[in-house]
Amino acid sequence: MLKVRGLTKIFGGLRAVDDASLEVAQGSIVALIGPNGAGKTTLFSCIAGFQPVNAGRVELLGQDITGMPVHRIARMGMVRTFQITQPFARLSVHENIAVGAYQRYSHRAEAWEHARAVAEQVGMAHQLEQPASALTVAGRKRLELARTLATGPRLLLLDEVMAGLNPSEILEIIGIIQKIRASGVTVLLIEHVMHAVMSLSEHIYVLSYGKIIAQGAPREIVSNTAVIEAYLGRGAAQVLAPQQEASHA
Amino acid sequence: MDSTIIASAAINGLLLGGIYTLVACGLTLIYGVLHIINFAHGSMLMLAMFGVYYLLTLLGIDPYLSMFIMVPAMFLFGYLLYKGLIGRLASGKDENILLVTLGLSILIENLALMFFKGDSRTILVSYSDRMVELGPTLVAMPKLISFAVAMVLCALLGLFMQRTDTGRAIRAVAKERVGARLVGIDVDRIFAISYGIGLATLGAAACLMMPIFYVSPSVGHVFVLVAFTVVVLGGMGSFLGAVVGGLIIGLTESFGGLYLGESLGQIGISVIFILILLFRPSGLFGARQ
Amino acid sequence: MSATPDRSPASAQSNPKGEGSPMNTPRSPLLPLPWMLHLTVLAIALAYPFVFPSSFMLNFGVLALFYAFIGQSWNISGGFAGQLSFGHVAFFGAGAYAATIAQMRFGISPWLGLPIAAMAGALVGGIIGVLSFRAGLKGSYFALITLAFAEVLRIVSNSVTITGGGLGMLIPMKPGAANLQFVERSGFYFLILVLVAISIALAEWLRRSKFGAQLAAIRENEDAAKALGINVFREKVKVMLLSGAIGGVGGCFFAQYFLYIDPLIAFGVDKSVEMLLVSMIGGAGTVYGPMVGALLLALVSDGTRALTQIQGLSLVLYGALLVIIIAYLPNGLIDLFARIKARFSRGRH
Repeated sequence: MLKVRGLTKIFGGLRAVDDASLEVAQGSIVALIGPNGAGKTTLFSCIAGFQPVNAGRVELLGQDITGMPVHRIARMGMVRTFQITQPFARLSVHENIAVGAYQRYSHRAEAWEHARAVAEQVGMAHQLEQPASALTVAGRKRLELARTLATGPRLLLLDEVMAGLNPSEILEIIGIIQKIRASGVTVLLIEHVMHAVMSLSEHIYVLSYGKIIAQGAPREIVSNTAVIEAYLGRGAAQVLAPQQEASHA
Repeated sequence: MDSTIIASAAINGLLLGGIYTLVACGLTLIYGVLHIINFAHGSMLMLAMFGVYYLLTLLGIDPYLSMFIMVPAMFLFGYLLYKGLIGRLASGKDENILLVTLGLSILIENLALMFFKGDSRTILVSYSDRMVELGPTLVAMPKLISFAVAMVLCALLGLFMQRTDTGRAIRAVAKERVGARLVGIDVDRIFAISYGIGLATLGAAACLMMPIFYVSPSVGHVFVLVAFTVVVLGGMGSFLGAVVGGLIIGLTESFGGLYLGESLGQIGISVIFILILLFRPSGLFGARQ
Repeated sequence: MSATPDRSPASAQSNPKGEGSPMNTPRSPLLPLPWMLHLTVLAIALAYPFVFPSSFMLNFGVLALFYAFIGQSWNISGGFAGQLSFGHVAFFGAGAYAATIAQMRFGISPWLGLPIAAMAGALVGGIIGVLSFRAGLKGSYFALITLAFAEVLRIVSNSVTITGGGLGMLIPMKPGAANLQFVERSGFYFLILVLVAISIALAEWLRRSKFGAQLAAIRENEDAAKALGINVFREKVKVMLLSGAIGGVGGCFFAQYFLYIDPLIAFGVDKSVEMLLVSMIGGAGTVYGPMVGALLLALVSDGTRALTQIQGLSLVLYGALLVIIIAYLPNGLIDLFARIKARFSRGRH
């Protein structure tokens, strides 16, 4: 569904994203992980058209979308959430989601009903009338998810949708994301909550200092030297290796 | 066209531009430090000019000398205004503060209308009609004095910003608000001082304007657009920009009047404003966004 | 309005059909207003000229409605779409001059002046919108550039002959409905009432429509709106076209009512300020905000003029009111009414 080839984004002298390539197959859940500051959100922004790229190519459903305006990419079916939530503060939850729903339905009644259904899907049905500004962090993350879901996307880019959630909320979101995938939506997510990443995704890309340093199934990533070193520092893999062997013995 | 007429227009434009520079310095300081677009700038200048007017007509104080009264008075006014009103509203959306300063300008302008009535006033001093030879042309003495004083004041302001502790603190806050607070600078006090200085420059500019211009309650509108154009042209927050911008705008006004006539001549400033905002909003020396 | 039984009593009683009361939540800008409200207001407005037929009262009514109308022009782009403008008079003046020039220089029927003015206003709105939004101007910068555009128009109209230059244009007094001048002042009253009703209907439509929802999204957060597939540039230009058209029609009406326009009247800052004030004070982004604000402005204006001879007092009060509103009641007076009403209905439970 999504193909990114050699994407590079330079800010001043800094290579925020360096020759990154990734692929997201239709119907899958793919995760993008990496230490803080690795460039994950920048990569998302470039893919979704919020930032122009210095080099590289983004293809959605076989079509080259590099440099396309954000709203056109969104209408093609790729929508993103924001790491720092961007609710329509003075609108109610229902109205927020309806804005997304209006991308699918031009008529008010249908958009409204669809918004209500999506709200139920993410567990916000009881909060429909609340102003978005009154929501907690978890609520806003959920709202962000609901809003993008209401547009009827083909590919969802979720940026740290679990940040700031407590364990039970995380469990709920995991369930919601799995249901979303089951309904036919492809998901690419940035996440720090490792157990969620492990349980949700089929394929993981690891980004460090703007470069993709590893990719593969969750089990491979966990024991990948480069990945461990990216998170824990150089030499950490060697320190851990004998312990791992010991625990496997 | 006769070269002396052109030279005369150029010189007069530059002289007026010097005062615009002073006005713009205050505006750009307020923006640079507080990130407030002080829409009330024009009406405050008008208020200060009325102050100068009455100081002369009621107390006989020469407009240039009344600077010693007007500058501290306007500084105090600005300081208190910030502490009492603007400071409370400065957080929140940019547009809110713009609207508040718009409300203030409406308030001030109509208060002036109430108390001073709508007619234009000018002042006459003993040297109003004295002419000085400047190159190929004759220039009214007050214009020359005003320009010279304006330039001196700009230089003094620049020195203040560079050499004094307060000036350094102001520049620190303008650059990095949170960092400034972390090193112990009383940021709120700096805000109030900056707003005060911004209005103080208007106090000085009023003293320089009165001998060569007129004042009426609605004159603020004229000044607002000019001041904003200078600041936007020079670059928001840039002193050098205010100086260069002020001179350019002074020249524009002068030549606009010369080539397009009195009525159409005013269009130059608005057109420059529009063009800058459309094509180079950071201005000549402003920070690139 | 039936309350659905499974909703908690603290939340609004809106049902899925969308016929909710916007008063219980602090702000539900996309829910339609109850019909009763519209009908009541309309009834009062229709009855007014019969209850107060004097020339003075009719003039008051006309002016109040006039400001409600042009205020709505500002409200649509400034309140609903969040694009603050300090130069809205540009549309007003464009319409006023277009209609007057068409009538005086080309002999076109004054009634056609209304659509001509609408098109002129829309054209100016479109140009300003396209130029400004292409350049990515927002917030305060957009407000300031609209001011500059209006100023340019003022200077141009002051300098060219087709507009009569600084002398302005006089429309000869020829009372008669065919000339869009009415023998009875009530004729003007009903005309402006029709226009206001249309503007209210338009605002109400915005509340219920996809376009309005998208404008609200743009107002709240442009980036998020874009990310949801909204073509922000196109929608913003559309709203400027609409807002400009309304402003233009207001200009045409003004010209016909007062029979004189000049560059200062047509493009001077005063109208821009008034259009902004009535909307912000009444309630930006609400359907009746401009009307509330206009009523207040007309009352304060006439009231101060009746009590004192002091020039400018009403605007002093208005300027102060704007500052107070922004500081303490940013959603305008309508929000105040809503809160009072909410407190009363909570008290009753």
